[in-house]
Parts: sequence; C-alpha cells; structure tokens
Amino acid sequence: MSVAVDRDQIFLTGIRRIGEEVAAANADDVDREARFPAETIAALRESHALSAFIPVELGGAGASFQSLAGACLELGRHCGASAMVFAMHQIQLATIVRHLDDAPWFEDYLRDVASEQRLIASVTSEVGTGGDMGSSIAAVEHAGADGLATFEKQAPTVSYGAYADDLLTTLRRSPESEPGDQVCVLTRKDQHTLEQTSSWDPLGMRGTCSPGYIVRARFPLEQVLPTQFARVMNESMVPISHILWSHLWLGIATDAFARARAFVRAAAKRKPGEPLPVAIRLSQLMSELSLLRAEVSSGLAEFIAATADDRSRLSEMATILRFNNLKIASSEQAPRVCQGALGVCGIVGFKNDTPFSVGRHLRDTMSACLMVANERIHQTNASLLLIAKEV
Amino acid sequence: MNEEIRKIIADHARLPGDVGALADGANLYEAGMTSHASVNVMLALEDRFDIEFPDRMLKRSVFESISAIAAALLELQAQAAA
Repeated sequence: MSVAVDRDQIFLTGIRRIGEEVAAANADDVDREARFPAETIAALRESHALSAFIPVELGGAGASFQSLAGACLELGRHCGASAMVFAMHQIQLATIVRHLDDAPWFEDYLRDVASEQRLIASVTSEVGTGGDMGSSIAAVEHAGADGLATFEKQAPTVSYGAYADDLLTTLRRSPESEPGDQVCVLTRKDQHTLEQTSSWDPLGMRGTCSPGYIVRARFPLEQVLPTQFARVMNESMVPISHILWSHLWLGIATDAFARARAFVRAAAKRKPGEPLPVAIRLSQLMSELSLLRAEVSSGLAEFIAATADDRSRLSEMATILRFNNLKIASSEQAPRVCQGALGVCGIVGFKNDTPFSVGRHLRDTMSACLMVANERIHQTNASLLLIAKEV
Repeated sequence: MNEEIRKIIADHARLPGDVGALADGANLYEAGMTSHASVNVMLALEDRFDIEFPDRMLKRSVFESISAIAAALLELQAQAAA
C-alpha cells in the first residue's frame, strides 16, 4: 500500500469515528439551539483534521483532495452543520495551498494552521453586489503611516465568523480598481473586528452560525494572496466549493435514506410475510439517491482529471459549466431524496424525536439551492452556453 | 486586426473608460470587462472574423487583452488556411 493511500485511510478512519461518536451525538442539540458544533470542531482539531490537506513539508498530513471530499460526505451523514463548517474551512485552506505561489508569509501561515489547528472562515458575500462573488465594493485601502493596509466590508453572511481564528476576505485590489479586479486577504483574529449586523435563526444548517457582519481589518500587505482572485475563483474556490458541498449534501441524503430503510425493515419485521407497499417507495427512493451519488462522484472524478496535467483547464467555459451544473443538480436532488425519505417514514419521520426523524435532513438540504443561489448560477450558465461548444 | 478588435471591445465590453486609450497589452478585465460582457465580445469576434473559438480557447486568459485576442485569432486563421 502506498504512503499516500495509507495517509488517506488514517485520515478518513479518524473522520468516521468523529462523525459517529461526536457529530452524531450533538447534531440534534446543535440544530435545536442553532449553536456552533463546538464538540465536533474540537475533535477535528484534536485529530489534526483541520490541516489534513496542507502538504507534509508545511506541517500538514498531505491528504488527497478525494479524501477531503470523502470526509465531507462522512460528516454530512451525522451532522450537516458540522460538515458544512469543515467543508468551508477546507475550501479556504485548499485555495491558499493551491495559490500561495511560494509566498513566504502564506507558507509560514500554513505551518501555523497545522501547529495551532486554526479555523478559517470566508468573507466573500457583500451587501450590494447582488450575490456575485466575482465583484466587490470594499477595497484594500493602502498603507497609512504605520505601513498597514485596511478594509471595511459589509457581509450579509459570514458562516461561523464568530468562531473562526482567521478570515479570508475578497476585496477590490485598490480603491481605484474595477469591481471585478479582486484579491483575497487573510487576516488573523487579532487583526480584524466583527460587528454583528443581523441575527441567525434560519430554517436549516442552523449550526453554521452565519449572521451578517461589518468586518474591519488592519494588516500588512504581504497578507494579500499573490494570485488574482479571478483565477483563484475559477481554478479553486468555485469548483472546490461545489464538489465539497455536493459531497456533504450527499452525506445528509444518504443518512435520510438509511433512516427510511431502517423504518421499512422494522415494519417488515413486525409483520413478516405481509405485503409492504412502503417498501416500493423505498426502492423508488433508492433510484433517486443513485442519481445524486452518480452526479457527485462523476463531478469529483472529472475535477481530478481536469487538474491532473494542467489546472488552467478549470478556467475553460465548458469546465465552469460542468461544475456549476454539479452544484445545481446536487442541490436540487439532495432535498428531493430527504423529502422522499419523509414520505417513506410518514409521521415518525416528521417528528423530531424518533430514530427515523428526517426533518433536520430536509431542512439542512433546503439551504443548498441558496448557497450561491441557483438562479444566479443559471444566469451565468445561460451566458456561457451561448459560446461554449462541447457541453 | 487590432483596430477591428478594439472596435468590437468598444461596442461590447462595456468598459467604463475610453477604449481608444487602452494599450494593446492592457488587461481588459482589470479595465472593467465583466465575464458576462466578455461572452458578448467573443460572440462578436466569432461573427466578425468568421471563426469559432474551440473550448480550449474559451477562457479568461485568451481574452484578457487586445494582443491576446489577436494572437488567438491569428492562430485560428492559420489553422483554417492550412
């Protein structure tokens, strides 16, 4: 067995244990109280899972991208909010790992993430941009007398902002730059302040704790990621988000299906040999789950193939369309599976306190079509379809 | 060719500034061309030069400046002539 495969297996075994023992045990309370999944994140820190994707030479475990996706699926089976926090952290981290361009400040930063298990949140959304991550209003304001740059950004949502050690924020390169000329800035907790501007009592994904904030920061310019954000967005942030999110949505749907299956088995055992109409519904549901699983796993395989030789393929419009479609398809199919599971389980699935409850699963997956709204993605796709050739 | 490209940019890229003042090598995205506007530029180029950009060329870097667009068009025209 190769060292890399070995590393991945150790990582995934640890994640599976945390999912089963910690995330599952706290999922209902996290959901009910809309509170941060502190126990799960503490367990992930303890097992050094937050730095798994950092290369070994910078202090991480050098886990593969496939294993990160697998970890999101695994956590999603037990607690959607924990899986989403984990996924979002890994998206920011993978973005830095892939685009740091040997910048010494960012290499040192990754060593700190590994040794201190720092949690990174992102500030990509902004009031007034209409949900377009590719344009910013707030800008990096250049150095004052102390040589430090500053920014102030109004974000309608910052997931787990209050619990993160560091923030990755998108901004215009300078106050003179056009909205699409963006960079990413990494600031540490002691370099920024968060002024909360809205509340957080949502339908689902309640444990992500994502109210709005005004974020203000002072930082040295070396904390600006060297690669321009347009490239970062196409080559990493967008496709990686869509892949990791779709894996955790699949995880949630997989557990909803498992609960429906357990319900049908229990019914079959109670009345052995009698016809069981609900078993047919379960079989129909399995085909819905297979469609989701197929889309998610082919998305991952195509991402790995597209990045194997030349990452710039990810900037091609046909590829952008592919990963946008993964997001749209999986965000629509996951709640469909959860609703189907509710149909199988009936009232015991609707109740929040039975082994067959799927309300949380349904509510959590209903957030999927809003996280970068599908409507906006369709708008982008509609424009790309005018010019892309093979899709 | 560069002047014809410049005309298409002026008509379709919706840049806030004066297109005539842009250097051939200037970055059009930094000058304010959005992804959406860039698709209209691509469609107009295909129409004007009677070519089709293959998928491998349909990416940001190929359309980031007048000179980059000219290089892509020359490559496609050379292919068509061969």
